[in-house]
Amino acid sequence: MKMNVIGKPLTRVDGRSKVTGKARYAADFNQPGQLYAVLVSATVGLGRLTGIESADVEGMSGVVALITHRNAPKLAYLPHKAVIDPAVGERLHVLQDDSVRFYGQPVAIIVADSIDHAERAAAAMRITYDARQPIVDHADQQVARIVPGTGTADRSRGDADAAVAEAAVKVDEVYDIARENHNPMEPHATIAAWHGDRLTLWSKSQFLMNEQAEIAAVFGLPVDNVEVICPFIGGAFGTSLRTWPHVTLAALAARHVGRPVKLVLTRKQMFFTTGHRPRSLQRVALGATPDGKITGVIHEGTGETSRYEQFTEALTAVTDYLYSCPNVRTQYRLAQLDTATPNHMRGPGEASGIFALESAVDELSYKLGVDPIELRRRNEPQIDEAENKPFSSRSLIQCYGLGAERFGWVRRTPEPRSMRDGRLLIGMGTATATYPAFHAPSSARVRLLADGTAEVEAAASDMGPGTYTSMTQVAAEFLGLQPEQVRFGLGTTDYPPTPSHGGSWTMASVGSAIRAACLEVQSQATRQAIADAGSPVFEASMEALEWVDGRLRRRGDASPGLSYQDILAKTGNPIEVDGSAQRDPETAEKYSMHSFGAVFAEVSVDPDVGTIRVRRLVGAYGIGRVVNPLLARSQCTGGMIGGIGMALMERTVLDVRDGRPVNAHMADYLMPVNLDTPKLEALFVDEVDPHVNPLGVKGLGEIALVGTAPAIANAVFHATGKRVRTLPIKIEDVLTA
Amino acid sequence: MFPFTLEKAGSTQVAIAAAASGARYIAGGTTLVDLMRDEVERPERLIDINRLPLGDIRVEGEDLIIGALARMAEVAADENVKRLQPLIAESLIEGASPQLRNMASMGGNLLQRVRCPYFRMLDAGCNKRTPGSGCAAIEGLNAGHAILGTSDHCVATHPSDVAVALVALDATMRVQGPQGERSFPVEELFRLPGDTPDLEHTLLPGELIVEIRVPSGPHARSARYLKVRDRASYEFALVSAAAVLAIEDGVIREARIAAGGVGTRPWRLRACEAALGGRKPDRQAFEEAAQLATEGVRPLHHNAFKVVLLPRTIVRALEMAGEVA
Repeated sequence: MKMNVIGKPLTRVDGRSKVTGKARYAADFNQPGQLYAVLVSATVGLGRLTGIESADVEGMSGVVALITHRNAPKLAYLPHKAVIDPAVGERLHVLQDDSVRFYGQPVAIIVADSIDHAERAAAAMRITYDARQPIVDHADQQVARIVPGTGTADRSRGDADAAVAEAAVKVDEVYDIARENHNPMEPHATIAAWHGDRLTLWSKSQFLMNEQAEIAAVFGLPVDNVEVICPFIGGAFGTSLRTWPHVTLAALAARHVGRPVKLVLTRKQMFFTTGHRPRSLQRVALGATPDGKITGVIHEGTGETSRYEQFTEALTAVTDYLYSCPNVRTQYRLAQLDTATPNHMRGPGEASGIFALESAVDELSYKLGVDPIELRRRNEPQIDEAENKPFSSRSLIQCYGLGAERFGWVRRTPEPRSMRDGRLLIGMGTATATYPAFHAPSSARVRLLADGTAEVEAAASDMGPGTYTSMTQVAAEFLGLQPEQVRFGLGTTDYPPTPSHGGSWTMASVGSAIRAACLEVQSQATRQAIADAGSPVFEASMEALEWVDGRLRRRGDASPGLSYQDILAKTGNPIEVDGSAQRDPETAEKYSMHSFGAVFAEVSVDPDVGTIRVRRLVGAYGIGRVVNPLLARSQCTGGMIGGIGMALMERTVLDVRDGRPVNAHMADYLMPVNLDTPKLEALFVDEVDPHVNPLGVKGLGEIALVGTAPAIANAVFHATGKRVRTLPIKIEDVLTA
Repeated sequence: MFPFTLEKAGSTQVAIAAAASGARYIAGGTTLVDLMRDEVERPERLIDINRLPLGDIRVEGEDLIIGALARMAEVAADENVKRLQPLIAESLIEGASPQLRNMASMGGNLLQRVRCPYFRMLDAGCNKRTPGSGCAAIEGLNAGHAILGTSDHCVATHPSDVAVALVALDATMRVQGPQGERSFPVEELFRLPGDTPDLEHTLLPGELIVEIRVPSGPHARSARYLKVRDRASYEFALVSAAAVLAIEDGVIREARIAAGGVGTRPWRLRACEAALGGRKPDRQAFEEAAQLATEGVRPLHHNAFKVVLLPRTIVRALEMAGEVA
């Protein structure tokens, strides 16, 4: 299908408002008469509150209210679970009792007339606890490994254990990935304002519809009484998918004081109760024939979760479909710890799982003496062998070809420690990336105005991928307009519902709904023209007409035809359509739908002092149609940077004595800076997937992080001969090499 | 945040008088404001010294004089600094981030507080912050902590990079106080924690650092600073080393070595220096000398790797210095 606007490198339509400061983020929506809330966080890791010295604090300058479990209203907390909420367990109920379940749990709110007064009072709070010893170490042997109460924990085909045991060549190793926190630039922020029993929330959210439904359930309100507004997000990476306790607390405080209340979390508090990538422990065992045919795969993984909810992610899912192998067994368990509930962080379970699998495959390649890319070629499946279905599209081998060529893989000498630049050891490594091509039902509204321009609306979010821009392109494409003639709005629950802004399904889901609405608008415009006695197409049949570049004409007619303005001039009324779309269930049943990619990393390692630096990354991806190559490239380099962080820097370090994160500060929680992110290249193979959705898009945000960490770890091995199976890889890990 | 008063000093005398009566000096504020926001520091009075004429960088004879209020970024970019004492420029560029270097003064850099996470958490024991409250780091997370000069009361490393260079270069500092003026080696500014880790430096009440004097020497150009860390910028040193070599006729006449990231103060390594005198500047000599650096180390649960990394860092820094000699 020929596209005019989709596929073009349009610059961000909201770029100007972002760089000029016009873009308003949640904390920017200050309200008249607003007060300021500051949270007080528990300083023990487990136990009960025994005393709160409140008299002094309540008398402090500017303090309007001190809210604790003693005076907080009992909230309804009606049952409610969205797709991103753990299916098993119950969300944290805040200020409802005296229990402390994890270090940093909110135990009080101070509301004051200024942020300074609120902070000062919070610092003066003296709270006593009856503390018990929390268990926060995932590796602690006392921690029970439970079978998750939802999903498919175990899958098996053939006899993987026997196949590995009998294999001529084996790898059987354990991998440990540290807990990470999302650490977007923008902190979590909520401004809450009540008007009677109606609540407006200006709140950082990747899932407005859920924030609305969740807060309605917490307060026992009709869903329509809650409005959520969030036009811009300063990065999120998954942390704003769930509606966390601070949103409830902002609304609770605003109701308590009868005025709008603003609550912005501190950077430190963003390590407490807004989710994290759970630490994972994994075992991968591979068996292969001497000529490199994988005969058995075992992948056992355990993720950490809280005591009160079972957070699950797709830790072992990729292992089911990535390689052709008759004997595969995967197992997933949870370790319940005295911590807050984790949540999805970019590339969620796939990124963690694939580090173990792709490290093991790399290890296997050295044992076999087979090039890592060739090993993957030899084990490339023809179908999804777990589901016994064809892939809707799978371009992994093409990705390896394209990426290897750009990267210069042929220059790599196979032997570890064989490549140098001066005195530095050089390593080249590669790994596969993959992520499901998800799709969820979505809706969107398109309003074609009499002036021939269009307004498009959906309750979607834009945390940085460029939703504003890409949806403008979709609408312009299917209306036959120029992008400048389309105004796309998102970020309010007043707009038609959409799924969460995560899981790489925003374009597939919302874009398909916009397409459907646009086609219906165009169809209604056609019918209006046909019904208009003064129109040149009066009483023509629909089939005899066609739209070309936003103009309606008879097929084969060389005349300029009718513009939307021409058609709408008759009534002067706009055409408004609410469209919706979902994946065709039959197609969904028939095909296995995933994106694939190949990531290449070059690292240098100082042989004396162990300093590891990424020199360049090349990622080649098969993601179906690319809606905007500029945005897509930006998505990918951002994901690669996240992958560098996962591989070499990011970890939330907990003090096992009380469960506190000791590095809850941007100087101590290391993330890549500019010097750590040199040359990043993203390439896309031409891939047409007619099955995933009418747009042919497979999603991009998540896969861009998946695969980066194992590619870097494999490069570190190639450079040093030292296999590191813990992330992040630190200087001390390669010092003995 | 707690209330405090902020006065601007128009003269050094006024500043010293204010400090002598209990005010705290504030220059760039990159350490102090941060700690005040966390209520680790709770000064009631601040005396802003940014207007004092102490920001000059000049040359006297062959000595380099750096005013205490010169900003890290200014010093790093100064032509005289780069010409006469490139080690200082190199160590400054390796420190902090560009934003911090634009604000932070040289005097403040020397007096910056430690980066130990427990020091910054009011709900953790820290003898430096709250004497007698214990040290949470000794049995806690201590990968970044010191292996030299520690006590049973404190194991935090001194965080400055440029202090390591200044100690290696035998720099001195001039201070003014209520009792007048005095000068002493920069190395003598820093105390070991002992059983009073809350006392970090040897300044008397009210004393103000005025300037830093770096003496000239034949070795100055053959000096390098190597900082080892997991991130390429904006991270404190796991281990760092300043190495200065004076080589004549293919033989080391004099060596100066100091290390950062390993000691509770910038750590001069005189035993290593002595071992190099008269040796040929080759890897074997460097390695033999560097082994002496770990004498008396007291590694903790998570920082034993520094015992391996320290001599390696010294060897590399010496090699780098040898390359420019």
